[in-house]
Amino acid sequence: MTLYGIIFYILAAVIVIATGLAITRRNLVHAVIYLIISFFGSAMLYFLFGAPLLAALEIIIYAGAIMVLFLFIIMMLRVDPTALRRPSLRHWLPAGILGIIYLAVAALVVITDPGSQATLKTAMARPRALGQFLFQRYWLSVEIISFLLLIALIGALYLARAFLKESREQSEGEL
Amino acid sequence: MDWIVGFLVLIIKLALVLGGLLLLAAYLVLLERKFLGRLQIRYGPNRAGPFGVLQPLADTIKMLTKEDAVPEAADRVLFLLAPAVVAAEALLIFAVVPFGTSVTLLGKKIPMVITDLNVGLLFVFALASLGVYGVALGGWASNSKYSLLGGIRGAAQMISYELSLGLSLVPIVMLARSFSLVDIVRAQANYPFILVQPVSFTIFFISAMAETKRIPFDLPEAENELGAGYHTEYSGMRFGLFFLGEYVNLQVFGALVAVFFLGGWRGPILPPVVWFLVKILAVSILMIWVRGTLPRLRYDQLMHLGWKVLIPVALLNIVITGAVLLL
Repeated sequence: MTLYGIIFYILAAVIVIATGLAITRRNLVHAVIYLIISFFGSAMLYFLFGAPLLAALEIIIYAGAIMVLFLFIIMMLRVDPTALRRPSLRHWLPAGILGIIYLAVAALVVITDPGSQATLKTAMARPRALGQFLFQRYWLSVEIISFLLLIALIGALYLARAFLKESREQSEGEL
Repeated sequence: MDWIVGFLVLIIKLALVLGGLLLLAAYLVLLERKFLGRLQIRYGPNRAGPFGVLQPLADTIKMLTKEDAVPEAADRVLFLLAPAVVAAEALLIFAVVPFGTSVTLLGKKIPMVITDLNVGLLFVFALASLGVYGVALGGWASNSKYSLLGGIRGAAQMISYELSLGLSLVPIVMLARSFSLVDIVRAQANYPFILVQPVSFTIFFISAMAETKRIPFDLPEAENELGAGYHTEYSGMRFGLFFLGEYVNLQVFGALVAVFFLGGWRGPILPPVVWFLVKILAVSILMIWVRGTLPRLRYDQLMHLGWKVLIPVALLNIVITGAVLLL
């Protein structure tokens, strides 16, 4: 096994264990931290595979922004970590079915793909090359996703507006 | 044999940078206390050694020998780890900052940067965005109301200003055509970017002050309402690590302002490393001066400035820079 192989298996173990812990922790803040560790593992995996841009974006966006928002909400709400809540069948059934489908597809890929035995050469994607590839080949998908995000942004603004108006009327009523 | 030499050079560079950073951080504390004292018409520390030059040493001994107390109801592991996150992320940013041109020693070319990542600028942002965790988790793990409020304020403030910090640097990347900090300095061979991007510079400077949580943006540790904010419950060297992180961050932003806007280590006559230090110190002194001059912002003013002024101006600046570059 090469050095890269050893690093790969260590990272893979870290990701799997951290994600498992993130799902099973009852204390939400601890769960968020394990998830951040898992994101770090995947970022290092991207770096190992020669995609430093992707690695940096994974840390900035997922570990640095989205998980901070999760943490922020958890800290604001102060959820009681000791309360035992069992999710109902309706909640976990779709997740379970999707999980089984995902597992089946992964097993199918591993069994049928003849290329899985070949060792990949370590390559390096420079940020400029990755950007050009993305915007030349997949510009339409990029535009569609950014449009979707814009709609979500406007939607959030609309919801907050309605809420703001309501609370303002309430406070005026109190006066 | 070759890699052993390379490894040794790397270790020596790491030791020099780390030692320099810690020493400068200790003396920035003294500089801040002295300069603030002068601004407020008093002397500042002047008992330990001549002009108080031994004050950092006295402070370090005091912090190292104090009891490391952990509150009864705290989340022990997170409470112990949070200060280390703050100090480590600040120190790690210096891994991609270039200190000068490469030096030829015994026929070997040694670059004056620890590592020249081709995503260097994004590496800086990745680490800067992780600094939030030290503040937020330190505040949460203390299990105290003051700390929690400080932590929540810190998280809200840092994610808000991270956006304008990032957007203000997009024009710099467009001008330099690279994410690498070495390339960005190289692109400023003819003129520093502050001359063509004064708007970017202003936004970056204001956001950097907010990211380092200094007055007028020190709401996470506002002493007259929150005790000491997120580090209220900390004592001894763990408090010292928060403190160290703050002053290393001051140097980080001094160095980043120098690299992105002032031409990095470039300058006439004096050697590059000296010029770089001069620029870091100049930015730090400016930040201390601002601290001695301005009052603290109100929370709604803070959010208003970040979201409704800095971000739109930064976006407009990107569009205009793009248009000018295309012409």
